Amino acid sequence: MESSKVIHALYNDDEILLDAVKAVKAEHHHIEEVFCPFPVHGLDKAMGLAPTRLAITAFMYGITGLAIAIWMTNYMMIEDWPQDIGGKPSFSWFENMPAFVPIMFELTVFFAAHLMVITFYMRSRIWPFKKAENPDPRTTDDHFLMEIPVGDNVEELTTLLTKTGAVEINVVDKH
Amino acid sequence: MYQFSGKLKLASIILIILGALGIGYGFLTAPSTLEEAKEIMAHQTSHGDNHGNSHGEKKEVHKNEHDSKSGAHENKPIIDNETSAHDSHNDDAHAEHVFHQMQNKPWSAFYVSLFFFLGISLLVLAFYAAQRVAQSGWSVVLFRVMEAISANLVPTSIIMLLVILSASVLHVNHMFPWMAEGTFDPTSPNYDAIVDGKSWWINVPGWTIRGIVYLLLWNAYRWFIRKNSIAEDTANDGNKTYKLNYNVSVVFLFIFMLTESMMSWDWIMGLDPHWFSTLFGWYVLASLLVSALTVIAFVTIYLRSKNALPGVNDSHIHDLAKFMFGFSVFWTYLWFAQFMLIWYANIPEETTYFMARFNEYKLPFLSMLVMNFVFPILLLLNSDFKSIPWFVVIGGIVILTGHYVDVFVMIMPGTVGAQWSFGIPELGAFLFFLGIFIYTVFSAFAKANPIPKGNPFLEESEHFHYYNIEHRGEESEAHH
Repeated sequence: MESSKVIHALYNDDEILLDAVKAVKAEHHHIEEVFCPFPVHGLDKAMGLAPTRLAITAFMYGITGLAIAIWMTNYMMIEDWPQDIGGKPSFSWFENMPAFVPIMFELTVFFAAHLMVITFYMRSRIWPFKKAENPDPRTTDDHFLMEIPVGDNVEELTTLLTKTGAVEINVVDKH
Repeated sequence: MYQFSGKLKLASIILIILGALGIGYGFLTAPSTLEEAKEIMAHQTSHGDNHGNSHGEKKEVHKNEHDSKSGAHENKPIIDNETSAHDSHNDDAHAEHVFHQMQNKPWSAFYVSLFFFLGISLLVLAFYAAQRVAQSGWSVVLFRVMEAISANLVPTSIIMLLVILSASVLHVNHMFPWMAEGTFDPTSPNYDAIVDGKSWWINVPGWTIRGIVYLLLWNAYRWFIRKNSIAEDTANDGNKTYKLNYNVSVVFLFIFMLTESMMSWDWIMGLDPHWFSTLFGWYVLASLLVSALTVIAFVTIYLRSKNALPGVNDSHIHDLAKFMFGFSVFWTYLWFAQFMLIWYANIPEETTYFMARFNEYKLPFLSMLVMNFVFPILLLLNSDFKSIPWFVVIGGIVILTGHYVDVFVMIMPGTVGAQWSFGIPELGAFLFFLGIFIYTVFSAFAKANPIPKGNPFLEESEHFHYYNIEHRGEESEAHH
């Protein structure tokens, strides 16, 4: 990775941060990343990030779970070991379907939820024993940090960021 | 301030007149003697249409029912006069049974629409009370819409009291079979041991008094909260009126939850007095609640298009659509919870309810699941769609149709059995109550300031912006 300079601007309020992001975007600067202690509604839109595709994956995972539930109930309850439960020995999956609806529902939710979380972790490059990436530990407490790559416009950016209400501005070398 | 336009008023009056004609037609064409009924039946069978076929099915169902019952109560062979009659002298008794169902038909057509509109108005009122109790911020600009819709509770309650309650008690109609002469008299051929066993609840004086009490309590709260909500606008008394309204709404919600359940036992479950389901009250609640939210959304979208609701933005529509979506899923959950337990346990006295519906009402019974569950899921799942009025309207029309069918299938099998159809009397009753709805709702809305100025959460409601959607027709910076 090339070594480059970035500006770290710290804020202590999410509304001020949101306005600052809009101001910086209005000046056509690229914002590399914003580190927050909690999700800020509307930040992704203000930064101009593409909408998440996580919802689409969740839908597909849900369908997968549903399909597995149908296959599983059919294999266990109809093919492998047919049983007469509640006087319903019809041995047909469809005719016993109402009994399998809770299973289909639960596995749909189970697959959608767990696989979505795992996908999110992988896309965010988070896994066990991974070293934290956030540049300043205060972003896990009560500060917000905006990271902007800089070339020779340090002065100009510093003035802009001071105007937006940053409580601290650092120029650092990123490796 | 909103003006109830002459055009809309005229339209509502035309609807009422057309509807009344349809209702009258239903009563005039219903057979008044057994001979007439037999003639209609002969006509039906000679054509060999659906109705003729479903008679056969119905007889079979009744026979099965009878077999299982006589097995369980061998010392009391005559439990249900109707069913045993089918076995002994099948044709005459069957003709008389069908005759009663045909006589019930115009009443039931009227009752389905009445209950649908009464229930929607009641649930709008209950939702409104819940908004007050939750001290919710988003919905304040919709308060006057909800109050206006709840005004429809007054005429529907009066009709309920005068037409359905009185006519049933005075034996003008026979929709509630347990009200028949001799049901509670062991010496009578009409004696019904199962109903007699619950006579501590299901008896004519108790039923009548309870019905009057429910209607009085609901209307009393509506009258009070409407008056005091308008008083709140100009009260300026350090939120004293606001707090009083809060307290009264808490009490109403408590009363409502009890009376709503009891109402559904009395007015719907009483049509099938042998059958019972412990979650029926919630089921009715869910059906009416999702319809109520849809109606709020419709009236809001209409009034907003007339520029009568200055404080309402896309986020409010989005929230109403979220409720429509959520309660559709909730309704399905309760429908399935009720169905699966009865299906799995397979106890004859419980399965009769679904037997009647699967055998004689297959199309409406199953299509309503598509309309009330599959369609709203597919249409309203996407967040962006929920703030687009015409999407909400399309989804809402299907939801309302589905829940009308739901009420239809709750009431008709118990009163008319296989004699059901959807024709002029049913459509007439719907138009009649739609006309009353439009007239009362919009004239009530025109009588008050569309903005509840005195509500302390008004500011929050006017600036409500759900972060994930863009408001059309305004600056996107507006939410700061």
